[in-house]
Amino acid sequence: MTAGPAAEATLTQPPARRRVIVQLLRNPQGALCLAFLLLVVVVAATSPWLAPTGPTTTQLSASNAPPFTGGHLLGGDSAGRDILSRLMWGSRQTVMACLIILGVSVVVGVASGLVAGFYRGRFETAAGFASDVVMALPGIVLLIALYALTGPNIPVAMTVFGLLIAPTYYRLVRNVVLGVRNELYVDAARVAGLADLRIVGRHVLWAVRAPVIIQSSFVLAAGIGIEAGVSFLGLGDPATASWGTVLQNSFDGIYNNRWGVLWPALAISLTILALILLGNALSDVLQSSARSRTLTPRARRAALAAAQQEDAGRRSAPAGSPDDIVLSVRALRIAYPSADGEIREVVHGVDLDVRRGEIHGLVGESGSGKSQIAFATLGILPREALILGGSVLLDGEDLLADESKMRAARGRRIAYVPQEPMSNLDPSFTIGKQLSYGLRAVTSLDAGEAREQLVGLLDRVGIKDPERVMELYPHEISGGMAQRVLICGAVASGADLIVADEPTTALDVTVQAEVLELLRELSRDRGLAMILVTHNLGVVADLCSTVSVMKEGHIVERADVETIFEAPQQAYTQELLSSSRSVELMEI
Amino acid sequence: MAISLLKRLVRSLAVLLVVTFATFCLMFGNGPGIARAVLGMNARDADVQRKVVTLGLDQPLLVQYGKWLGSLFHGDLGASFFTGQSVTDALSTRVPVTLALVLITLALTVVLSVLFGVTAAVKGGWVDRVLQFLSVLGTAVPAFIIAIALVFTLAVAWRALPATGYVSPDISLSGWVKSLTLPVLALLVGSVAGAAAQFRTAVLDTLGRDFVRTLRARGISERHIIFRHVLRNSAGPGLTVLSLTTFGLLGGAVFIEQVFALPGMGQLANQAAQTNDVPMVMGTVLVTTVIVLIVNFLGDLTATLLNPKARTR
Amino acid sequence: MTQPTNATRPTDKNPPRTTSTRPAHPASAADSQQELLRVRDLVVRFPGRRGRSTTVIDGVTFDLAARETLSLVGESGSGKTTIGRAILGLAPVTEGTITFCGETISNISRAARRRVARDVQVVFQDPYSSLNPAMTVGDILVEPLAAAGVEGGRARIRELLDAVGLPADAATRYSREFSGGQRQRVAIARALALDPAVIVCDEPTSALDVTTQARVLRLLKDIQQSTGVAYLFISHDLGVVNSISDRIAVLHRGRIVEVGDAHQVSTAPRHDYTRRLQMAAPVADPKKQRERRELRAALLSAAEEEADAPPMAQH
Repeated sequence: MTAGPAAEATLTQPPARRRVIVQLLRNPQGALCLAFLLLVVVVAATSPWLAPTGPTTTQLSASNAPPFTGGHLLGGDSAGRDILSRLMWGSRQTVMACLIILGVSVVVGVASGLVAGFYRGRFETAAGFASDVVMALPGIVLLIALYALTGPNIPVAMTVFGLLIAPTYYRLVRNVVLGVRNELYVDAARVAGLADLRIVGRHVLWAVRAPVIIQSSFVLAAGIGIEAGVSFLGLGDPATASWGTVLQNSFDGIYNNRWGVLWPALAISLTILALILLGNALSDVLQSSARSRTLTPRARRAALAAAQQEDAGRRSAPAGSPDDIVLSVRALRIAYPSADGEIREVVHGVDLDVRRGEIHGLVGESGSGKSQIAFATLGILPREALILGGSVLLDGEDLLADESKMRAARGRRIAYVPQEPMSNLDPSFTIGKQLSYGLRAVTSLDAGEAREQLVGLLDRVGIKDPERVMELYPHEISGGMAQRVLICGAVASGADLIVADEPTTALDVTVQAEVLELLRELSRDRGLAMILVTHNLGVVADLCSTVSVMKEGHIVERADVETIFEAPQQAYTQELLSSSRSVELMEI
Repeated sequence: MAISLLKRLVRSLAVLLVVTFATFCLMFGNGPGIARAVLGMNARDADVQRKVVTLGLDQPLLVQYGKWLGSLFHGDLGASFFTGQSVTDALSTRVPVTLALVLITLALTVVLSVLFGVTAAVKGGWVDRVLQFLSVLGTAVPAFIIAIALVFTLAVAWRALPATGYVSPDISLSGWVKSLTLPVLALLVGSVAGAAAQFRTAVLDTLGRDFVRTLRARGISERHIIFRHVLRNSAGPGLTVLSLTTFGLLGGAVFIEQVFALPGMGQLANQAAQTNDVPMVMGTVLVTTVIVLIVNFLGDLTATLLNPKARTR
Repeated sequence: MTQPTNATRPTDKNPPRTTSTRPAHPASAADSQQELLRVRDLVVRFPGRRGRSTTVIDGVTFDLAARETLSLVGESGSGKTTIGRAILGLAPVTEGTITFCGETISNISRAARRRVARDVQVVFQDPYSSLNPAMTVGDILVEPLAAAGVEGGRARIRELLDAVGLPADAATRYSREFSGGQRQRVAIARALALDPAVIVCDEPTSALDVTTQARVLRLLKDIQQSTGVAYLFISHDLGVVNSISDRIAVLHRGRIVEVGDAHQVSTAPRHDYTRRLQMAAPVADPKKQRERRELRAALLSAAEEEADAPPMAQH
């Protein structure tokens, strides 16, 4: 429920999902990797017909032959076998190993993960223990031990490796299923009367599919490394060719033919590389919505230049009488890069003045850009945000133009009260520690003085027994208390202006009333100015002296609070008011 | 907290029993097979029978396992079927080599991967892209291929460092350092590449959390936020990365020992397996499992200590 | 027989509900008196660490009649959502019974539960998580129909989309292409698909913007007019609840502290807690809000700082 800037900025929906394979082929990295892997498979399938010689055919002329000589493109090994042919035959074993590993691990891991995640209970406990046991097994040593039992038998070794790696699927699938199980759409399907099997088929398998596909490419990459490694140790069947045995033979003869090791090493490494890159490309394609897009510096500069050209014609309203204005925002424009590479402006040239002691309500619906303005005044917009133009003036100095001035103002002159109290405290430090770090970062107080001051202030914001609360961790206090702590942190440094972003939205209504009361008192007692971002007109009526109504990145109406509520001029303000009043207890 | 740790300990012991018993069943189930392997393929059936009895392989599996466990409590893991060398003796010379290799690499991995991971996450831009590219390359090439490449360039082509072999630190400390340099380097590339990528993700996740924005708004410098708050909160996932890295290193060490002819545990296991020397294999499986369990336990312990929620309960 | 009983607070003497308090409804008095859902002494406990369990619902009793809207209102931790989930079979019923038209529907088998699906449906709070983003709106609406074995799904989908004010071509689009309000309309259409007698509305508008909220509430009222469905409406907002309910039950820490006619509960509450809720909700009028604030302060000082929630309470 953190309606942060990202949530507001990325309201545009991604385009309808095209078929994954089509998207993958349009991704150059994905297409290239897929082509390479396809080549390996084709070579494996056709090597009996295409390979120049058999895997164990020896020719005296080929013995330790350097590359590109005597019809041996990649040279020969010490036994006089053609390296190219052996690598081509060896790819059969690689592909076979991949199929076995994938088959075993996916079947075992995905099936047990689905059952454990969906039904939980005893099966989950047992499967969890089994997975712990298997994860604790020294895999390689076990594969070696297996050799003592079965002799050189790569299919069996790969089956065992498949079992050893199955817990990674188990954990992945179980976690995804546990997540999906809590999704309301699965509850809705239950209420709709769907049988379990149908719920798994329609909802759960869909969610599991993408992570399993991505994971598979990484599992295969590991599997190829293991297969080659085991053969390299001499645990493979010497009668058949594999990339690992070719590498081993060439390594043994490295002083006679130093290039021999290059080809099998390249074959192994390139195939693994292709699988890893394919996995990355797959996660780009399948989980693209999760990635935020940051512009390259060049695109950023281009966007800024274009915006400046647009702005050249415009004139913004001059700042009001300077003596009582604390902060003044002029022609502020904020944009975000969207998924299709366009730049989407979310705040279109907004002006805003906040006077001493004034509580200025910035009200609007989600996506109206109100939080963006709040973040911009503090210089805490997310990295991908783009300030296309405008200024934030504090004492006549533009904070946006000079990062050092912004740093000097932040926390000292302008403070911030966030929306979601619990997620805005660092869970790893006690209340006292994190408040004290914050206070000492912006003042010259020593630890004792800071503590003394904070205890007094915590008491002031309505926390009983502040000494004890200082020693508590955030998870030990309630949401209402956490919000009081955050308000304490904001006012501690003696700022002139508080930017409060939906400070009561996450709170229960009775707690909200108390926090509003607190903010009012603080503003009155300390002459604090405040920008109050909210969607709740009741909160505005309760606390604010001036109101700016925002819609789609513009301020559509601004007036003092009585005028806005008694004689709204704009149709949008009227609609907001009537919607709000339709669900209110007006009579007492 | 103490109770949950005790539970962990009991669980670890249970895992150890399950693992050793499973391996035991696999290895000791085939008595005549083992005896024939020891005596050679041409041995007479009567000799094989006698050997089965002298090795105690004719008794029920549970009895054999009980005996093995019993002598384990006395620190006795049996003797090699072939050389008669005590397994504990063999392990006591081999384990330090492998541990040195793994621990040195682990220490370097922690330093380098935290450095690279945090830099990539915090700097972003081209630094991030370059580090990510290197990390993919590093993970793609298996450690034993990097080892071969190192042997090839530094030792064979340039003759700069000893290619293979091991010098005990008792004999020459500088010789020991030299003999371990290339093996550590070979293991290090992959583990740093993998761990750095995951540290980067962990740091990015923490950087995206709400409280970081609030700390910035409070005027705390970026350096303080990173070092005091972000690193502290990324430590949990970081620990998981480290314990997985340790397992990876233990596996990788087997191959590295082979390439550099280091007399470590992996080499011992490999030789023992190829000659069907079952007690020796059992010993290496046991020791490796114990190391893995200790690492797991330490990881859990540190994670509990780092997490106020788990600690204050 | 629909007199609201309250086991936990026998002193609450609520007058028998009369049909006159209901909005204009063509149905006969007898029809609207017919009780659909009957919840008796409901207790829900969740197992906690080391054998200790938390009692989330502590003996709740109420009835829901056909064509009526009963609201459960309370703050976080009051257990209002859990009651809804218990009725839907999504939370365990530790003690007490829930009956629908005389048939017990608490603690029944999954197969029996599936038969209840035709009669008791749900609209959840979060329209983002309640619709599978990978499915088209048409597939989402077909799901309950197919589960119930209803033929001719496609024609029904057009009807449903029409009923919630979405265009017919919405069926072929993915739910993620829609705004929050539109998604909530899809969720309402899904709940209506099987023509249920009761819909549990679990905070259906609290994730929506205020203008969207007003429209969705109006839609819910219109649907009740035309289909006669009964709502169990769950919300934290006394104002929202007042605008849609016939009766309101106020929940506090797993118990019903007050239940009665909607107008009475929201404007002349009898219980202190309800009064505190009422006074705390700010109104969109600066002058009235100032008066209310003063009233609230007076109320609080009069109550002489009623023992506050302990600081370690759940948030």
